[in-house]
This record gives sequence, structure tokens and C-alpha cells, in this order.
Amino acid sequence: MRKKSILERIGLFGRAAIDIVAVLGRSAIFLVHALLGRGGIGGGFQLLVKQLYSVGVMSLAIIVVSGVFIGMVLALQGFSILAKYGSEQAVGQMVALTLLRELGPVVTALLFAGRAGSALTAEIGNMKSTEQLSSLEMIGVDPLKYIVAPRLWAGFISLPLLAMIFSVVGIWGGSWVAVNWLGVYDGSFWANMQNSVSFTDDVINGVIKSVVFAFVVTWIAVFQGYDCEPTSEGISRATTKTVVYASLAVLGLDFILTALMFGDF
Amino acid sequence: MQNRTIETGVGLFLLAGILALLLLALRVSGLSASTTNDSYKLYAYFDNIAGLTVRAKVTMAGVTIGKVTAIDLDRDSFTGRVTMEVQKKVNNLPSDSTASILTAGLLGEKYIGISVGGETTLLKEGSTIHDTQSALVLEDLIGKFLLNTVSKDAK
Repeated sequence: MRKKSILERIGLFGRAAIDIVAVLGRSAIFLVHALLGRGGIGGGFQLLVKQLYSVGVMSLAIIVVSGVFIGMVLALQGFSILAKYGSEQAVGQMVALTLLRELGPVVTALLFAGRAGSALTAEIGNMKSTEQLSSLEMIGVDPLKYIVAPRLWAGFISLPLLAMIFSVVGIWGGSWVAVNWLGVYDGSFWANMQNSVSFTDDVINGVIKSVVFAFVVTWIAVFQGYDCEPTSEGISRATTKTVVYASLAVLGLDFILTALMFGDF
Repeated sequence: MQNRTIETGVGLFLLAGILALLLLALRVSGLSASTTNDSYKLYAYFDNIAGLTVRAKVTMAGVTIGKVTAIDLDRDSFTGRVTMEVQKKVNNLPSDSTASILTAGLLGEKYIGISVGGETTLLKEGSTIHDTQSALVLEDLIGKFLLNTVSKDAK
């Protein structure tokens, strides 16, 4: 391979930057068209219900199982540390606050990106590579409306619900370990939790977080599928990109949201 | 898959989500609609509130009878004004009762303990507890202790 001159290298760098900006622009236009373009979800309610089933209901099992185990681990770890200071009653508020503020929205979004996001990308990518999307366009049906919009809305609706289910199940798992197994007094476990968890500051902020994550994860997943190279390698690359980008975006946004919500400035 | 099962599944999923929000609201955050009706407001001025927070407990004889709803600085006397809401059923507090800021355990949270006085007049909605005892600040205590040892050494 010929050695590249410095000018060429700078040129390549510039082209990469322009590519990134172009992808961002394309994805934003794509999102606006899919959500607002030409009158809502095509096929109406029926398509949305179908997508809610494959995106939301099918993710329920992994969310519930990981929720229980994460809650149990939190209670176990929290107990062993708090017991040193003689304040093992605080285990309830620790588990609840950790789940509601951070782990509920974040872990659910990460699992969702792996479970549902990758499936969305692969499905739409496969439709593109087998030219189903272009044939839809050929017969005058807008694929953004019939394929993309229901999937986007299904993601927006199901991730916040999944995050709340995750938190509830996690708190139940934590209470099971702390109260039934480690012998924390039942009353002080729940009373401490109720004293320190505030509905607007903790529960609602957690829900807002998961709504933001839902938006970002579903957008990335659907766009990567729609924008992928129509080959089998292209699909596999797009699926990997979905999981990587979505996870990074969730973790980065989580820091920003936490700083805004709980940072007190 | 049958359309019917899909619809039922999605319905159950949505129900589970709403139920989860309800549980979080009622069971975990202890949200209840009627907090203002069955309680009355009391004020107390403290020289130092050191670490007392809003939503802290107000107790009497160790039993929780209310909570702190607001803390602000009184501009004229430069003291911290604490607003508390005490349950209506505890409406027989004498007007010379003492409010003190206490700590649960060694490192635990701060709360307000009220001890009974002997007056026959009672505290009403909006009245102020005059007899207060500020929070114990560890630095002040250590400072006093050091000063004591120094003056003892000087003798």
C-alpha cells in the first residue's frame, strides 16, 4: 500500500467527520419522517399491538429475572456493609433508591438494547436486504409509516413500563433477601424506604430517565436497521453497532441526566 | 400466533406496567393524598439545625407523630425556622413543650423529638415552640473539650 501524505490523512479525517454529521442528519430526518410524516402509524392500532408484543412482552422474562437477581444482590451487598455500622434497617431505602434512580432505568435500557434493539435492527435490515422495503415503496406504501413507526412507538411505550416492572420486582427481591433471609425487621425496612423515597424526585425522575433511554435506544436500533448495507455482513455490522451505540448512549446520557436531576445546581 | 393471544399479552403487559407505577407510588414512596387534612402546622426556631432535612420525622416518646415540611432561615433573628406538620390526633401538646434535634444512632439521620411541658394552654395550628434545643455539632463538642483540657493544663 502506498504511504499516504499528510494532506491526504487530514482529508480522510475531514471526510470521516463529514460522514458522521451526515449520518446524524439522516437519522434525524428519518426520525421526524417516521414519527410525524403523513399521519401517524399506518395500519393503526393493530400493527402497534403486534410490535408491542414482540418488543415489550417478549422482553418481560429477561427483565423480571434480572430484576429479581439484581435486587437480591443489592440487598445482600448492602446488608453486609450496613451491618458494620449497625444500621441494617437502611437496606430498604438503599435498595429502593438505587433501583429507582439508577439501576432500574439503566439496566433495563441495556437489556432492552440487547434483547429487543438488536432484533429490531436485524429484522428491518433483513427486510431491506431482501428488498421488501423497496417493494413496499413500489406499490405506494410508505415503509416509514408501516414498518418503522409502529416499531418506534412500541419501543417508546414498552421500555418505561419494563423499567418500572424491573424496579418493583427488584425491590421485591431485595425485601425477600433482607427480610426473610437476613432477618431485617419488616416494619423498619418498608418505613425507612417510604421515608426516604419521594414520588416526584425519585419515582418520576426514574421514569423520565427511562423515557429518554427508550427514545434513544429505539431510535438507534431502527435507524441502524434502516440505514444498513443490504448484505448479510452489513446486517451483522448494523446489529453490533446498535448494541454498542445504544449502550454507550444510555450510559453517557445517564450521567448527564443524573447530574441535572440529582446534582443540585 | 393467534391475534387474540397477542392482544391479551399486550394488555397484560400494559396492566403490569401501570400496576408497577401504582406499587412504586403507594408502597415504595409512601405517597398518600390526604396528608394536609389530618395534620396541623407548628414552627420552631433553632440556633443550628445541622443536618436536619425536609421529610425528617417528628417524634414524641419515640413515636412518630409528624414530619418536617420546610426549613428556612429567619432573616431577623438569624436562626433556622423549621416547619413541622403534626398529626391532628396529637392535639394536646402543652405550649411550653420542648423541641430538640436528635440523631438516630451514631451516624443515623437527624429528627425532631418533642418532650412535654406542663402548661395548660395547648399548641394550635401555626403556633411556635419557643423552648428548643439545637443539634449537637461534633466539632463544637470537640472544640469545647480541647479548650477545657488546655485551661486545665494552664492551672
